[in-house]
Amino acid sequence: MSRARPFAFNNARLVDPESGYDGHGAVVVFEGVISDVSKGKDFSDLSDDVRVIDCNGGMLAPGLIDLRVKTGEPGFETKETLRSAAQAAAAGGVTTFVVQPDTLPVVDDPSVVDFIRRRAQDIEAAHILVAGAATKGLKGEQIAEIGLMQEAGCVYVTDGDRPIVDSKVMRRVMAYAATFGMAVAHRPLDPWLSKGAAATEGEFAARLGLPAGPVIAERIGLERDLALTELSRGRLLVDQITSAGALEALARGKARGVNVTATASINHLSFNELDIGDYRTFAKVDPPLRAEDDRQALIEGLASGLVDIIVSAHAPAQAEDKRLPFDEAAPGGVGLETLLPALLALYHDERVALIDLIRAVTLAPAQFLGLSTGRIASGAPADLVLCDLNAPVIIDADKLVSKSKNSPFDGRRLQGQVLMTVVGGRIVHRAE
Amino acid sequence: MTSMAPGIDEVRARTFPFPRRHFLSAMDLNVVEANGLLDLADTFVDLNRQTSKKLDLLKGRTLMNLFFENSTRTQSSFELAGKRLGADTMNMSVKTSSVAKGETLIDTAVTLNAMRPDLLVIRHGSSGAAALLAQKVGCSVINAGDGQHEHPTQALLDALSMRRAFGHLAGLTVAICGDVMHSRVARSNVNLLNILGAEVRLVGPPTLMPAGAEHWGAKVFHDLEKGIAGADVVMMLRLQLERMQGALVPSTREYFRFWGLDREKLKAAADGVKVMHPGPMNRGVEIDSDVADDPAISLIQDQVEMGVAARMAVLASLSARLDNDR
Repeated sequence: MSRARPFAFNNARLVDPESGYDGHGAVVVFEGVISDVSKGKDFSDLSDDVRVIDCNGGMLAPGLIDLRVKTGEPGFETKETLRSAAQAAAAGGVTTFVVQPDTLPVVDDPSVVDFIRRRAQDIEAAHILVAGAATKGLKGEQIAEIGLMQEAGCVYVTDGDRPIVDSKVMRRVMAYAATFGMAVAHRPLDPWLSKGAAATEGEFAARLGLPAGPVIAERIGLERDLALTELSRGRLLVDQITSAGALEALARGKARGVNVTATASINHLSFNELDIGDYRTFAKVDPPLRAEDDRQALIEGLASGLVDIIVSAHAPAQAEDKRLPFDEAAPGGVGLETLLPALLALYHDERVALIDLIRAVTLAPAQFLGLSTGRIASGAPADLVLCDLNAPVIIDADKLVSKSKNSPFDGRRLQGQVLMTVVGGRIVHRAE
Repeated sequence: MTSMAPGIDEVRARTFPFPRRHFLSAMDLNVVEANGLLDLADTFVDLNRQTSKKLDLLKGRTLMNLFFENSTRTQSSFELAGKRLGADTMNMSVKTSSVAKGETLIDTAVTLNAMRPDLLVIRHGSSGAAALLAQKVGCSVINAGDGQHEHPTQALLDALSMRRAFGHLAGLTVAICGDVMHSRVARSNVNLLNILGAEVRLVGPPTLMPAGAEHWGAKVFHDLEKGIAGADVVMMLRLQLERMQGALVPSTREYFRFWGLDREKLKAAADGVKVMHPGPMNRGVEIDSDVADDPAISLIQDQVEMGVAARMAVLASLSARLDNDR
């Protein structure tokens, strides 16, 4: 309905990480693209057929791009479908997300990539992109059909939550993917040290009697991955860095010129290991929550630009998979709808500048994927989010749009409400 | 009835009423509650030594033992405790495959809850299982061991054994030795002994010592003789057989050489030292029979006797909180 008629956002706080602008402004959207941008003042001489939306000083930013989302489609549709995830994304201001390959069947074949892409075509609430498996069956043994999957539309390859244990396989995957310019997303983790771990090793996990792995397993894994990236001239996406030790390794790798981009999840920026107290399985995530020192280091890494991208790590799980003894419970939390307000906590706490936070969920992932979105500029696709930065919200998991309600943020008091989400010039979400 | 139970009425009148619905962790207790339970347990020891041992404190109540792991002594100890207090007791041993374990726990909890038990005793291989069950049922839940987390009635019976042997707990030096990492007994004992004012040491090879144990309110030693030097109580922990095959310690004989307790090593401890073990023992692995069977120094048989009394105290205290008209 909105595609035909142009509309304008006036009286906004425009945040555009590409130009570095954070200030008063206005935007006109026409035929799916941003047709005009005004910085400093509103549009006053608009023709009558332009529908004007008064933002009341709310933040207008590029729509969020989330590089790490799990749905249950295909194979586990009771948890989440592509459509329900897209609706959750729209409610959270996320306009593009990348689905993970650990479905049933695994996305290790161009036909599965094609299947998801076709399903996604009919879904208007968000752009859905596909990550393929790095190895066949996610088994870490044989290289998947990376070239064919790329032709089918796959944007990067990853074995998801599982590290590729065999270093020789990892080296070959990186070198092979590099010939197609494909990045390999990889969980930095020493698989032996972390085997069977449900929590981070330390006093707290030991008191709870939980199987735990030392945080150093992440640094060991990352050091290996960085060295192999250098050796194979590949392109590495660090899947969820969480610890101070690994951040130091990342800084050294970047200083050496290794082609590496790092993500952190909103969970590890928002919680620490004490949040699993009383065996709260809804706070069980993978990698496990870390010590407060690690969380602080992660926030500093984000503020300094060492951490490039924030992901929601959206991982739907049904209640019966969560209401189990802690070490048996499914890890992960839904996050598409809470990503932006949770991120804004770092702005309200004056830890990270607003524009840097927005960059980490818009321009940075857009550049990583080679997309033209993630910015507010004339001619850019009209993927936008309008957000009241100050509105208080109490996260109520039962009211989430996601099919699964396993949110670690349930009950949390945050500030920031998504008022409107625009995908390709179409309003896909509007707060009541 | 009162004539058969000397002191119980006085003790119950004196002690602070137990304020909890469940008994899940020694860490939940405060010093008043812990001492109250020990006082009550003391009176049950006397009762248990009489010919007629039966009370009717739990008359009409149903006690269910729900054991997901095999345990002869803990299960029979709870059963006997319940019977001596007049409860109807029932044992359920749930044999499960590891895959379906969690599902069985919740399903079983809902099923059992529908049978309206008053007291549910659970042992399960996963840490936090008892707490999870407590959220799902309407009765009192007693943790009889959850994974590597806690075994609070064991700590209570250990404290009772020590208090009866020494007359007090405050100021005692207790060395807990062996596989601390995998031991719920050790965790519950550290928690309870800290509450009751004893000095706790943890002794074992680094591969069997949990991360951050030095922050538990205990001193950590890796050398057995240094760890038990001057100790009033040496509590040996069971080393699980599957952990002896080289992954955590190289061999049984090497373990016994350095961390097994024999009379020679025990000389480092204080005069009048008492030796404890939660059982079942691996003789010649963590403890020498010569020490374990010496009635002058071993409290191991006392521990079994105290187990029934301590569990009676827990059941009696919880029952005072139960609804009467459910």
